[in-house]
Amino acid sequence: MNVANEALAGHGPHGPHGPHGAHGSDHSPSQKQYIIGFVLAIVLTAVPFALVMGHSGIGTGVLIAAFAVAQIVVHVVYFLHVNRSEEQRWNLTALLYTVLMVGIIMIGSLWIMHHLSSSMSPGTMHHMVWSGQH
Amino acid sequence: MSNETLVMHNGAAALKPGYADHAADALRGLRQSGDAVDFQVEHHHDVASTIQLGFWIYLMSDCLLFSGLFATYAVLHGHTAGGPSGAQLFDLPSVLTETMFLLFSSFTCGLATLAMNANNRNATVGWLGVTFLLGAGFVTMEVREFAHMVAIGAGPSHSAFLSSFFTLVATHGLHVTCGLIFMVVMMVAVMRKGLTETNRARLNCLSLFWHFLDIIWVGVFSLVYLFGVAH
Repeated sequence: MNVANEALAGHGPHGPHGPHGAHGSDHSPSQKQYIIGFVLAIVLTAVPFALVMGHSGIGTGVLIAAFAVAQIVVHVVYFLHVNRSEEQRWNLTALLYTVLMVGIIMIGSLWIMHHLSSSMSPGTMHHMVWSGQH
Repeated sequence: MSNETLVMHNGAAALKPGYADHAADALRGLRQSGDAVDFQVEHHHDVASTIQLGFWIYLMSDCLLFSGLFATYAVLHGHTAGGPSGAQLFDLPSVLTETMFLLFSSFTCGLATLAMNANNRNATVGWLGVTFLLGAGFVTMEVREFAHMVAIGAGPSHSAFLSSFFTLVATHGLHVTCGLIFMVVMMVAVMRKGLTETNRARLNCLSLFWHFLDIIWVGVFSLVYLFGVAH
């Protein structure tokens, strides 16, 4: 996670470019970044698949979600090279706004639809009709 | 002016992106004044980063499109109308293979970007070719999975669960197919005109698009396939 924080801050791994490469590393991605990202992504894919295919069962839902979020962060940092540098400011702003919107759409939909279906289920329907008569 | 700095890559002296174009600009500018050189170089840099930001905004709006489809699937995944559920339909080993196809293609797409930055035209086209084959392998597996599901009577019209499943997964597959077409076009363009400033900007957009699709796929295999089989 330490490496990821460094990359986020725009001082990530410099790769095999030598001193000149290090100078321009915040502009052009390095081979090392892709390799780190690739290895992390493989691990973060293999573990949840192994958990589900091995029928471990304990807290699998939460673990799948955690591994998915971790892998998405790895992709964004190591493959899309989003960092906190000056020239990426608008990219990062748009990304954070999108994450907020996606959260509202996903959580909001599930929340509303869950309430709706529990209010519409036959048991509660009877209760609603019954209370309506009073 | 980091664009004009020489970098050592894989032991060979290589030029940073856009060197040729910038050199031409610089020569033109020298006949005018020193300020003109700076202006021309800055101008190119601005156009390239504006294109990239514009494409990024598109990707973010695409992300919102997918979030709507994800939310629809999440709401409807239990509504199987007496038909088969995800756990009965999904074959995880083949989903894992699809995932690896896409992940390896994301990596080779990165190698194509590195080859472009090292000004290596043949390696750029070569890695794009490998990426294309891996992406085509993914699409082929997905189409076969869909065909199998329709053949056993689990088509999109069977239940709300299957409608939302096909809409979400096929929208992603359609994006990957568009990416493959984009890739062929860029391979031809680079072979014909070389790594020009325009082609570089387009290749950067292509690689953003391709990595973005891999991110969407992480959501698909986690929410649809893994959750579907685990519950």
